[in-house]
Amino acid sequence: MAATMDAEHASPGATPLVEMDGIRLAFGGVHAVDGVSLTLHAGEVLGLLGHNGAGKSTLIKILSGAYRMDSGTIRINGEAVKIESPRDSRRYNIETIYQTLALADNLDATANLFLGRELVTPLGLMNDAKMEAETRKIMARLNPNFKRLSEPVSALSGGQRQSVAIARAVYFNAKILIMDEPTAALGVHETQMVAELIEELKKQGLGIILISHDTREMMELCDRVAVMKNGQLVGTERVEDVTEDDILSMIILGKNPRAAV
Amino acid sequence: MTDTAAPAGATPKAKKSLFKALEIDTRLLGMIGAFVVLCLVFNVVTDGRFLTPRNIFNLTIQTVSVAIMATGMVFVIVTRNIDLSVGSLLAACSAVMAMTQTWLLPDVLGLGLGHPIIWLVAIVVGLVVGTAIGAFQGFLVGYLSIPAFIVTLGGLLVWRNVAWYLTAGQTIGPLDATFMKFGGINGTLGTDASWAVAAVAAVAAVAVIFMARRSKLAHGFPVKPLWAEGLLALVAAGAIVGFIAILNAYDVPIGRLRRIFEARGQEIPEGFSMGYGLPVSVLVLIAIAVAMTVIARRTRLGRYIFATGGNPDAAELSGINTRLLTVKVFAIMGALCALSAVVASARLANHSNDIGTLDELRVIAAAVIGGTALSGGIGTIYGAILGALIMQSLQSGMAMVGVDAPLQNIVVGSVLVLAVLIDIQYRKRTGGK
Ligand SMILES: Nc1ncnc2c1ncn2[C@@H]1O[C@H](COP(=O)(O)OP(=O)(O)O)[C@@H](O)[C@H]1O
Ligand SMILES: [Mg+2]
Repeated sequence: MAATMDAEHASPGATPLVEMDGIRLAFGGVHAVDGVSLTLHAGEVLGLLGHNGAGKSTLIKILSGAYRMDSGTIRINGEAVKIESPRDSRRYNIETIYQTLALADNLDATANLFLGRELVTPLGLMNDAKMEAETRKIMARLNPNFKRLSEPVSALSGGQRQSVAIARAVYFNAKILIMDEPTAALGVHETQMVAELIEELKKQGLGIILISHDTREMMELCDRVAVMKNGQLVGTERVEDVTEDDILSMIILGKNPRAAV
Repeated sequence: MTDTAAPAGATPKAKKSLFKALEIDTRLLGMIGAFVVLCLVFNVVTDGRFLTPRNIFNLTIQTVSVAIMATGMVFVIVTRNIDLSVGSLLAACSAVMAMTQTWLLPDVLGLGLGHPIIWLVAIVVGLVVGTAIGAFQGFLVGYLSIPAFIVTLGGLLVWRNVAWYLTAGQTIGPLDATFMKFGGINGTLGTDASWAVAAVAAVAAVAVIFMARRSKLAHGFPVKPLWAEGLLALVAAGAIVGFIAILNAYDVPIGRLRRIFEARGQEIPEGFSMGYGLPVSVLVLIAIAVAMTVIARRTRLGRYIFATGGNPDAAELSGINTRLLTVKVFAIMGALCALSAVVASARLANHSNDIGTLDELRVIAAAVIGGTALSGGIGTIYGAILGALIMQSLQSGMAMVGVDAPLQNIVVGSVLVLAVLIDIQYRKRTGGK
């Protein structure tokens, strides 16, 4: 199955998984996202780079339904869609790991993983046993050391909390995965595990949008990188066409050196 | 705490491992401990008058009205809101129900006083009114983003005076005879039915404990040792049977018995006695407690209430409609105010304008003493009921000892603040929020 997906996205004429076109959103006077266009293909990792406040989180929150854009269009598999709430985005199999993780600290890992999508018994009551078993399964895959399934997540370490958020995004068979600084709270070993996970999901044909400040990591993991500054898109490049320095100068100067040629 | 991280085999301390094996909420134990100490102290000071079947019976029925509302207040506070209008809402529901059963149904609709359907219709009307008002307040909070403090502060003034307006300030009574059975002493199950309830409840409690264990085992989860589970089941069953035994031990006074027999045209047999048993109002409270606990723990609604209280943004991002949730929480609170109004007005045998005055403070205090955190996300139904019981015991005990009214209130107010202080310290120590 992965092979057919690969073939699909490899062909240049294939319909992109996601097309965002002319997206704008202002908070009061702040133009957080100012006319940004991006495409994402199946089986592709698209990196999103830029300084703090560049508008990266705002852009992906529009795709995940957390914010409503002022103007612009979003197409999924070529079809124009309205994403007005997190529920809408879930319907299009978009899963998001938010920068803030968006965990309810007073609930345990299981409750957080299934939040909004609880498994219920035929009587309509929550099937806690089933949910806990499923959580154990996925956590065993993502973070084998993680055993504290029924403690409030406020008691967990930053890395453990992050793996709960990652598990939540991965468990529900996403087709489009958005990861906003997923490795920010992680150590070297855990970061490596996330990198492996991204590779694996990519092979399965997911389209992934990855936000990170680690340019080197991005050059390794991504197929293409997009750079934002002050709410605008500086440029999008295939990683094999640019150097790390090119990317850095795009981030800092807000100009695409290749476009200037 | 470091001991939670310690491997299972490491130097077990006897006390800690006992609590650990039982997996009992230590906070609950602390509250029960405080309650027991309180009762014992009052019992000593009153020369044994505090812990008599009669006083325990009275304490129980006095607690019901506030306890019912306190269970709803848990949901309200857990979602980071507050409801200051519950006492007034109770009065509004009480007024509407009183008018329904003494005027609307018997006179306007011509059913006549004492018609067997009157009590039921009156309660349904009260529930509809309470739920509607609660939902309306929830709408103002959830959809129009007016702070709950303001909405319900307004409600505090509005609903009591709506009641006043409707009843033209008159006390309405006597209420329907069947309706008044919800008030406490006028409606008890008698000893036989109470024993039956005790048996059913004890069996149910034991069944729930062991069914949960079986389900855990079926999914390969760790379970408590069998002895711990057995001990817990024994304590639960013992508490239920013991409580009923006490209520059954409170005998109906001989004068009252004589009147009952006279009404039947009979002579009272020599040496005849009869226990009151479980009041209907307490049965109502138990049913509500079970229902609210199931909602809190086992339904999506409950999960969303706690998630929203813990992190409203996360709840929103998980696709939870937090606005509608707010409406539901306040609607539940309104329905519980109506049920409280049934118990409270039935106990007084009439509706009066000042019914439920200051109940908002008692209800909030009960929930907070019971461990509901005002910062949201944390609270239990049983805690709130225990909180209501502690408050009522304190009040009744002091009255019994002969403490002056102003001093009583000073003590109750101080205890509330102290309880919250202890709670904050406890949560800091255990690392909870
Ligand atoms: N909810 C909000 N309300 C007002 N301003 C916001 C909000 N979210 C983001 N912003 C502003 O929008 C800009 C982009 O922020 P953000 O998308 O978080 O950037 P990044 O994720 O690239 O660091 C910043 O100037 C930020 O202050
Ligand atoms: Mg960001």
